[in-house]
Amino acid sequence: MASTIATPADADDRVSARSVGARLLSRPEIGSLVGAAVILVFFLVTAEPFRDINNAGTILYQASLIGVMAVPVSLLMIGGEFDLSAGVAVTTGGLTAGIFAYQFSVNVWVGMAVALVLALAIGLFNGWLLMRTGLPSFLVTLGTFFILQGLNVAVTRLTSGAVASNSISDMDGFGSARALFASEFKLGGLTIKIIVVWWIVFVAIAAWVLLRTKIGNWIFAVGGDAASARAVGVPVKKVKIGLFMTVGFFAWFTGMQLLFVQNGVVQSGEGVGKEFLYIIAAVVGGCLLTGGYGSVVGGAVGALIFGMVQLGVVYAGWNPDWFKAFLGAMLLLATIVNLVVKNKADAR
Amino acid sequence: MSTTESFASEATGSPTTPIVHLEDVGKSYGNIHALRGVSLSVRQGEITCVLGDNGAGKSTLIKIIAGLHDYTSGTMSVNGEERHFSSPRESLDSGIATVYQDLALAPLMSVWRNFFLGNELTKGPFRVLDSARMKRIAHEELTKMGISIPNLEQPVGKLSGGQRQCVAIARAIHFGAKVLILDEPTAALGVNQSGVVLKYIVKARDAGIGVVFITHNPHHAYLVGNHFVILKLGRVALDTHRSDITLEQLTTEMAGGSELEALSHELRGFDPELVVAPQNKQD
Repeated sequence: MASTIATPADADDRVSARSVGARLLSRPEIGSLVGAAVILVFFLVTAEPFRDINNAGTILYQASLIGVMAVPVSLLMIGGEFDLSAGVAVTTGGLTAGIFAYQFSVNVWVGMAVALVLALAIGLFNGWLLMRTGLPSFLVTLGTFFILQGLNVAVTRLTSGAVASNSISDMDGFGSARALFASEFKLGGLTIKIIVVWWIVFVAIAAWVLLRTKIGNWIFAVGGDAASARAVGVPVKKVKIGLFMTVGFFAWFTGMQLLFVQNGVVQSGEGVGKEFLYIIAAVVGGCLLTGGYGSVVGGAVGALIFGMVQLGVVYAGWNPDWFKAFLGAMLLLATIVNLVVKNKADAR
Repeated sequence: MSTTESFASEATGSPTTPIVHLEDVGKSYGNIHALRGVSLSVRQGEITCVLGDNGAGKSTLIKIIAGLHDYTSGTMSVNGEERHFSSPRESLDSGIATVYQDLALAPLMSVWRNFFLGNELTKGPFRVLDSARMKRIAHEELTKMGISIPNLEQPVGKLSGGQRQCVAIARAIHFGAKVLILDEPTAALGVNQSGVVLKYIVKARDAGIGVVFITHNPHHAYLVGNHFVILKLGRVALDTHRSDITLEQLTTEMAGGSELEALSHELRGFDPELVVAPQNKQD
């Protein structure tokens, strides 16, 4: 019987070393990078204003509005969940800070702190309920989505009598907060909005956490196979709840940007549908809808594609009505490209 | 069967005090008694085989030792101390490592990341993952056990069943397991792959680890086991040392023993000779 058991050789000659190209192709964000390059060239050729370097700042700004939220949404998706309440949670964050500061006549920063606590609490609630009930995140966050959407409109009307919150632009602390979230500066001939800088910083930190830390390893594991992760001692519940709270933090941050860029006024109906844009950015960037695979940098490239297409359509002089159709086609194309590239890379 | 003989001679080594000892342990879910009055000892350097048919309570038993479920009656002591585990982490911290049927590997993650999952090595003030060191150790550990996986960046899902099994076992051994629980490690494997895994189990035993080998294959169990426990409908049907049983007896017991006899009686009426003749005989 012993003779049938072959001793494995020291080196297995069936597997040859993979080339640099193949390894590059197996990165999750490669599909979105190719897509971004194609779209860049396309609009450089077809839209004349796109070539103006000054518009780069605008394009980056447009991308950052989606990109900041795409960071936590990508992480969450790699962790195997997704959050439909992310779009309206942004509005909730902005409204809470504005309404609280106005109603209680306190410093704007106090209102912001209250909004931050609430945003984190929403994330905690989403994550806790999900872990507690074992329901799919689609259902849990769909519920939160409607609750927040309703509360946004109802509480705003209750306090201001209108569909928008009262302006807090003349209140204490507005100037300093605005400088942090909604200022801009000149870089050469380029006008850069401060949120673009924040976006790049967030992407860098999140990418580092995901690939270079223990937490990042755990995020991949809970998304890839939660039961397995638990069995080897990964605190699955803490990781997932933490991810939802991260979405909460970024929703707060984006909400603050919204509040201060609009002179201290937030429209209560805003944010509906935005959650899908974040998800599109993450998916275009190579995040697997089922979890366990993806990248933060990919999500950022996805957001960049979004920004380029949105402004490219305008710069090309086309009717912006076409934008959404273009976006949907982009999503399908990106998903297929990702799939093909991944299969090709695996086959090498 | 030369391997069997050599294993048999090694198996007569002195049994030390049990690391894990179960006394009259039971587990019920509401009115269902999944496990009743099970006693089991796991000793260092010994392989205890737990055999049983589907639904015999094998999974429940290992889930209790692994800390996934708590038991409802009896006592479980680890290193002489009575314990109730509330999470797999506690069990792991007590030196009990479990390799599940589904292996507890994340299929899309690379081999080295899986190897260190939950026990990541970090360096520097920012606690950055020390990927170079983790890759080196994973490679060394796997080579030591005779498994060669040239590309540790490969996702685990791309490995063969036997390779995956070995990665999971090597991981458990590397992280200082004193007790290794293996849930049907050979169930989904071919003959060669099973052989690799069985050799690996013996290596673990020789390293002084107490092994609990769960299987429904008496041939695999008899190749490596020192002690055999057969579970039937949540109870211990047989509990014996290797010297007191032959492979034939074990196989018969496992197959149901007296129940099999009754079954053969019943089936005799169906006349197994009465088969359709082959239509196109070549010879």
